[in-house]
Amino acid sequence: MEAEQNQLVFETVALAGEILVSSGAEIFRVTETMERIAAAYGCEGFEPFVLSNGIMMTASDGRQHCLAKVRHIPLTGSRLDKVDAVNQLSREIARGLHTPEEAHARLLEIQDMPRKPRWQQVLASGVGAGSFCYIFGGTLADGAAAFVAGLLLYLYLLVAVRGRLSKIAANISGGALVCAVAILLTNLGLGSQLSMVTVGSLVPLLPGVAFTNAIRDIADQDYISGAVRMLDVFLVVVCMAFGVGLVMTLWARLGGVLA
Amino acid sequence: MTVWRFCSEVFFAGLGTMAFSLIFHVPARYYPRCGLTGAAGWLVFIALKGPVGTLTATFFATLAVVLISRFSSVQQRCPVTIFLISGIFPLVPGLGIYQTAYALVEGDLAGASLTGFETVKLAAAMVLAILVGFEAPAGWFARLAAPFRKG
Repeated sequence: MEAEQNQLVFETVALAGEILVSSGAEIFRVTETMERIAAAYGCEGFEPFVLSNGIMMTASDGRQHCLAKVRHIPLTGSRLDKVDAVNQLSREIARGLHTPEEAHARLLEIQDMPRKPRWQQVLASGVGAGSFCYIFGGTLADGAAAFVAGLLLYLYLLVAVRGRLSKIAANISGGALVCAVAILLTNLGLGSQLSMVTVGSLVPLLPGVAFTNAIRDIADQDYISGAVRMLDVFLVVVCMAFGVGLVMTLWARLGGVLA
Repeated sequence: MTVWRFCSEVFFAGLGTMAFSLIFHVPARYYPRCGLTGAAGWLVFIALKGPVGTLTATFFATLAVVLISRFSSVQQRCPVTIFLISGIFPLVPGLGIYQTAYALVEGDLAGASLTGFETVKLAAAMVLAILVGFEAPAGWFARLAAPFRKG
């Protein structure tokens, strides 16, 4: 019985760590949360090693045996709602409010938390792109054009791409799409500064989460994870720029004016 | 910069930040605070940009965002990441990235290396501000936020 209980606690701790890593939490937070839960349930000799794309952990099961687990976790999008929920749960566990069974069930619920509806994400991308175009120095008309381009960009990412393309291909094509839409709109008379419209509508592609986490991981001396995330940031930015550059070059060859 | 432009930019910075916090799946109850954090960062940035230049303004704006995020995280008992990632978004040098790509496409290597270097400098200023902001002792924020704490 006790061995089973230890197994469950170990599984719960692993699940908490996995959710946090895949939702875009800092390494330091993942390690701390896992240790907090393990300590609350009296898991002995617990040792986690967390990277930005995987977890390794071991613990003693109270007898001769040793529990060990390795999980590979691919780099995916950010789900700050899950980070918040696991953080909340771990505080409650530390105060002794949940049995391991309850905690495990709650973690499974958190893992399946629904995404925000697609129309909300598309709208948010448009509003964000329009607003940022304006604050970077665009006019209200430029902002309106960026709003349209931002909407189309997220429609493309959520409906057409949806994990079918690699991240690299998605970013190159996303950048190209944004630039093409911006050229089209400015030539139709909506918005006057092509650069502002493009910059604003590219913002939804910018890897803000990876950038911020990379810095924080490096600051916490989690160099490997920080470096992996920085590489992710660099690749995304280069791909975006490549997509934009591709369309701009084509347009210039065709005799279009870049302004 | 006219007063109208100043105010509307701060407003749109807040609105844009709230929009992106939705994309990162921040729980809805934190939207207003995320928006305020982004707006405050941009306010500091455009207020300082004239007198001290873009680089220093970026540093202090990022620092403001980090400090506000840490305060909010203690006050509302939630991960600092929620406010930090959203609030920092307006300050990411998107324009610099675009201009660098543009210069590269034009074949203007000198221009590309110049804007590229400027962009890297801005990113470095943000890195520095995040590092400095997280060196402030946690106790300060606990004391500061104590009167406003929830639950």
